[in-house]
Order: sequence, then structure tokens, then C-alpha cells
Amino acid sequence: MSVSLALLLTAGVLIACGVYLVLERTLTRVVLGFVLLGNGVNLLFVVAAGRPGTPPFEGTAEPSEMTDPLPLAMVLTAIVISLGVTAFGMALAYRAWQLFGHDEVPDDVEDRRVLRRSRRRSGDADDLPWSQALSEEARRGALRRSQEAGRPEDPLGDDLSGAEDVPQDATEADEGEARPARRPAGAAGARDEPDGPEDPGGPDETDSAPTTGDPAQAPGAGPAVETDHHHRDGRGEA
Amino acid sequence: MELLLALPVVLPLAGAAATLLLRHRHKVQLWLTILTLAAILAVAIALIALVPASGVLVLQIGDWTPTQGIVLVADRITALMLLVSSAVTLAVLLYSSGQTVAENSERTPVAIYHPTYLALVAGVSMAFLAGDLFNLYVGFEVLLASSYVLLTLGGSASRVRAATTYVIVSLLSSVIFLSAIAAIYAATGTVNMAMLAVRLDGLQEGTRMVLELLLLVAFAIKAAIFPLSAWLPDSYPTAPAPVTAVFAGLLTKVGIYAILRLETLLFPASQLSNLLLAAAALSLVIGILGAVAQTDLKRVLSFTLVSHMGYMLLGLGVSTRLGMTATIFYVAHHITVQSTMFLVAGLIEQRGGTTNLARLGGLAKAAPVIAVLFFVPAMNLAGIPPFSGFIGKVGLVEAGIAYDRPAGWILVGASVLTSLLTLYAIAKIWNRAFWQAPSEDVIANDHPVPRVMTGATTALVAFSVGLTLAAGPLMTYSDEAARAVLERTPYVSAVLGDEAAGELHYRIDDAGEKVVER
Repeated sequence: MSVSLALLLTAGVLIACGVYLVLERTLTRVVLGFVLLGNGVNLLFVVAAGRPGTPPFEGTAEPSEMTDPLPLAMVLTAIVISLGVTAFGMALAYRAWQLFGHDEVPDDVEDRRVLRRSRRRSGDADDLPWSQALSEEARRGALRRSQEAGRPEDPLGDDLSGAEDVPQDATEADEGEARPARRPAGAAGARDEPDGPEDPGGPDETDSAPTTGDPAQAPGAGPAVETDHHHRDGRGEA
Repeated sequence: MELLLALPVVLPLAGAAATLLLRHRHKVQLWLTILTLAAILAVAIALIALVPASGVLVLQIGDWTPTQGIVLVADRITALMLLVSSAVTLAVLLYSSGQTVAENSERTPVAIYHPTYLALVAGVSMAFLAGDLFNLYVGFEVLLASSYVLLTLGGSASRVRAATTYVIVSLLSSVIFLSAIAAIYAATGTVNMAMLAVRLDGLQEGTRMVLELLLLVAFAIKAAIFPLSAWLPDSYPTAPAPVTAVFAGLLTKVGIYAILRLETLLFPASQLSNLLLAAAALSLVIGILGAVAQTDLKRVLSFTLVSHMGYMLLGLGVSTRLGMTATIFYVAHHITVQSTMFLVAGLIEQRGGTTNLARLGGLAKAAPVIAVLFFVPAMNLAGIPPFSGFIGKVGLVEAGIAYDRPAGWILVGASVLTSLLTLYAIAKIWNRAFWQAPSEDVIANDHPVPRVMTGATTALVAFSVGLTLAAGPLMTYSDEAARAVLERTPYVSAVLGDEAAGELHYRIDDAGEKVVER
């Protein structure tokens, strides 16, 4: 079977761009990446359909001269599915932005906890490994750092979505070590109270921002507006 | 009679549409959902009675030729999976009807819960019944899309956080699956599984391996097999208890079911069996070590789920008749028990106000019914005789011993170790949550647990004990299913006729070796 090189190259480029975007940290880009990936894979189906021929209507031509309609039918289904899933992904990104002020994909709870614990044990909280330091820099930008010069810097403490969101945040190894009092686990596992007993990220900020519809807080406005506004659920709700 | 096969897919989809229309009447919605699920359970019982008598049932949707149109196929495994899954989904729905009453439900958009739940059931049934790869993909997508919605119910911060990871990982596996289908179509010109079984046999080894690996990665992400399992303990525990119960019981098992078809029907006794065995051993050990380290009940259970997927992969890896039999039995057992455990975790949360083991205590005295409901499936999960978990594990260990290769012996060691550590994790939960003096949370949170929730959990516990009592017939049934699956001809001849079945190159013998037929 001979294959169209142009189609294959296009599919390859689309998939490569898609993979690049999926590796990004913000959900919007990841969703765009999946759109590209999906389109690339759909082109693979067109490749799999083989040589183009006449339209596949019965009686109009010899079956051997017709285009194979089956892969194209599959592509249609796949397009419909990816439409729905993309819509959901966008809604999720919007909700994340409402709640956290950004739509970054959070770290794994477990990873974060292990890192924090090892940091606490060794006692050098500021001495980040270079890879971590780099990613924190890249994520938050120098602007924020300069704005919060007076603040004790624990990049994991004021983590992206806030460790307090997750009630299951302790292992056996955590016990016995001094740890800050944690908020009570939500009654339904995730039903966080609108206002917790303590707020690690400065209560004045949270209180002054009851909604996130403020244009100054748009994600594009720069990395300065970020994190720490743990708008627990309900905050941004209409 | 074949029309029965369409019902497990069509009924819940129709139910989803109807409940969506009736979204303002919660009572009607609830009863409609219960009726639909009960009807599916009845269909599943009918199927499990019919299939052994009449062999593999095949339904050509719209009377297309099987290679062009959609085929639904039910053999013994499908019938068993449908029976167990419909029983579990019905019980979980009853349970959740109690929970929405108890929780402050004005926050949860209950109106979309029932339609989404039914769509999930339709997706699961479709994946079990699918007779072609693309339909399997659609089934996966239906159940995944519903699971996204169920996981983010209420849209609270922790759920959005958990769902982000879950959605991205699931999307990735879907894209891999889709590209695998494209590659397979390019190589063989069909997506019908029976036709594929015939045509894939004729491909070169290298091509076969690439195609198999692509599909294996896609399914292994869904089944949460070790190197691809990190998403699961991070996302499942944040969902509401009944949702987690369905996810834990069914979604991963759909992945295992797909791997089973992959390793028997499409690529019999492949060159990858050592890879499967290595993944099984790593899942077993690393998963259970994760469970031991946790102090949150739901996270412990999520990690045991990852760990126990290794047992099922073990049986698939050795691919002997005994291994397959034990795997099929174990899947049925594990769906029931894992769902039950998560339902009990929900009960504990309802009563104690938390699932954090450090804050629970004294539940054995404060809530003896919950203690009993926890104890029975927990012992079952740990594989204590006489429960079905023990029987399944004995079967798998025997299969590992009979395999008689270094890999087999390592796996026997890993499974025994995992079994012991599971018992340790369970004992830790028991010690922390049920013994000791009642904690402040337990004393402060003295709500009665709704009777519906306890009742539904009891029903599932009874079902799991029933699996133990019926273990003899069930093993015979699984053995027959394993024989047909390893033979491959019954499936192919039912879909395409005896002539096509005669063109199969390979089958697997009882010792798990690939036999060249022609």
C-alpha cells in the first residue's frame, strides 16, 4: 500500500506539537495539545484508509475504485468524542481558574509530601535542588519574588492548589514530627469549609478578593497574581 | 434471544435520557434509575443462564455484515462480568440514594448524578460486550467521560485538583488507544476482533509486537498497572464514596478485561508474557508498600487496588488454563470486594466524620454494625480462608507454581508477600479505627447512618459471601470460560463462521504454550 507522505508529515507535525503542549503545566495548553494530538491521530486514520478513490455510493463505481469509508466513519466518531472531551477540559480549566486563580496542573500530593518531609528533616528548607528552584522560578517568575520579599519562602507550603485542599495529607512517617495543625477534613472528604480556621496565605488577600472575575486577575496578567488565594469552593460561584 | 445483548447498553442510555428530562423530580429520577439497573441485572442473569447452553451469543447491530458493522458478542466471561458489574452498580446506586439524603445535598447537583451514572453503566456494558476494537474505544470513552463528570461533582477545590490529573492521564491513554486502532486498521484492514484474530496471526512478529505494545500501554493505564498507576491513588480518594466504589470496582476491571482479550484473542501467548509478569510483580509489591505507608482509609484502599491488579495480571501473564481460570474468578471477586470496601469507607466517613485513621477510633463499640460490615470484606480482600479471595489467590499461586520458571517462582513469592502485607494494612485500619478509645471526632459526630446505606452495603457483603459459597460452580464456569478463551475458535466461529475459524494460526494449550495449528 502506498501512502501519502504529505499526510504522514502533517500528522507527525501535529502529534509533535501536541506532545509538546501536553507537557506544559497549564491545563488550557494541555487541552490544546490534546486537540492537536487528536487531529494528528485522525489523520493517521485517513492514511490507513489507503488510496483515495471515488465516493463510496453503491452502484456508482466498482468497489475496488471506491474510497474505504470505514476509517472515515471512525474519524467522525473520534472527532465528536474529542469535541465533548475538549469542552469538558475547558470547563475544568475555567473552574480551576475560578478556584485557584490559575489553571496549572498540580503536583502529585504524594511527591509533594515526600519532598516536604525530606526538606523538614534535613532542615534546609531554602536549599532547593536546582531543578526544583528552576521550576519554581519558571512558574512564579521573579516579579512575585520581589513583591513578597518580606515573606518566609516555602515554595511547597504555599503550593499551587494548597495542600490543605486535600484531607488525606499525612502518612505514618509524618506522625511524631512537629507539624502544623491541619484543618479538619471536610465532612464529605472534599467538602471544604468556605473559611477555614487558619489560612496560610494571608487572610487579607483572600478576603479582599471575593470573586475572581476581576480583569486584573486574568491569567494573562502576569505571574504576580497567583496561588495563595485559596478561594475555597463557593468563592467564585455565581 | 440475541437481542438481549443490546439491552445492557440501550437500557441505561435510554434511562440516562429519561432521567435528564426528569431532572426536576428527584424521586422519579431515583426510581427510574433503580428500575433500569434492576432490569440490567435481570438481563445479566438471563445471559449467564443462556450462554453456557447456547455458546457464544452474537448480535449484528442493524444486520450489517460482521466485518463492516457493529457486533456485540457475549461469551462466558462477558456474561459473568455483566452479572457482577450490574449487581455492584445497583447496590452502589441504592447506597448513594441514602447518602444524598444525608449529605447537605443543595451543594451537589443531584440532577446530573443519575444520568451520568447510567451513562457510565452503559459505557461499562458496551466495553464488556464490544465485538470490535473501535466499539471498545467508544465504550471506554463513554465511561471515561461519565467518570470525569462524576469525579468533579460539586466542583470543589480538591475534586478539580484530582480530576485534572485524572482527565489528562485518561485522555493520554485514549489517544494511544486511538492511534493503535489506526495502526491496526492500516495493517489488517479491519477492526472486528474475530477478523483481527485471523488476520493478526498472519502478520510479521515485529509488526505484531508494536501493535500489541500500543494496545497494552493504553489498557494498562486504564487498569492502573504499576508503572502506569500513579494517577489512581491521587484521584480516586477525593470523589464521593459511592463514586469511588464504582470506579474502583469497575473501571480498572474493564482495563483488565481488555488486556485479557488482547492477550488471548488478538495476540495469543505473546512474546510479552515476561513483561506482563514483571509488571504484575512490581504492581503487587510497590502497590502494597504504598498502602502500608498511608494513614487515610481511602488512600490505603486505593493502593491495595493498584496492588491487587497485579494478581489478575499474573494469571494473564502465565496464560495457562489454571491461571486464566483463577484470573476470571479473581476479577469477579475483586470487583465485588473492592467496591464493598469503599462503600464501608463511606459508612465510616458518615459515622466518624473523617477517613483519616489518626482521627478515628473506637468504632467497634460505637458502631458495631459497621465493624462487622468492614471485617468480612476486609478479611476477604486479605485472602483469609474460607473467603473467595483466598480461593482465587490459591488458584493463582498454584498457577504460578505450575508455571515452573524463575519468573513464576518470583511471582509466587510476591503474591504471598502482598497477601501478608494486605493483612497488615487491614489490621492497621482495624486497630486504629475500630479499637482504641473513641476519638473526639467519633464522639462529636454521632449521626445515625442512614439505613439505606447500611442495607446496600450489607447486600454487597452478602453478594461477596455468596461468591464464596458458589465458588465451586463458579470455578467450573471460569474453567470453561478459560478453555474457550485459550482455544480461540469458539469466539471466531460464532462471529464469522467455522470457515474463518479454520484459518486461525495459533491457539494456546493448557500449559500456556502457543501451539501452531497450521
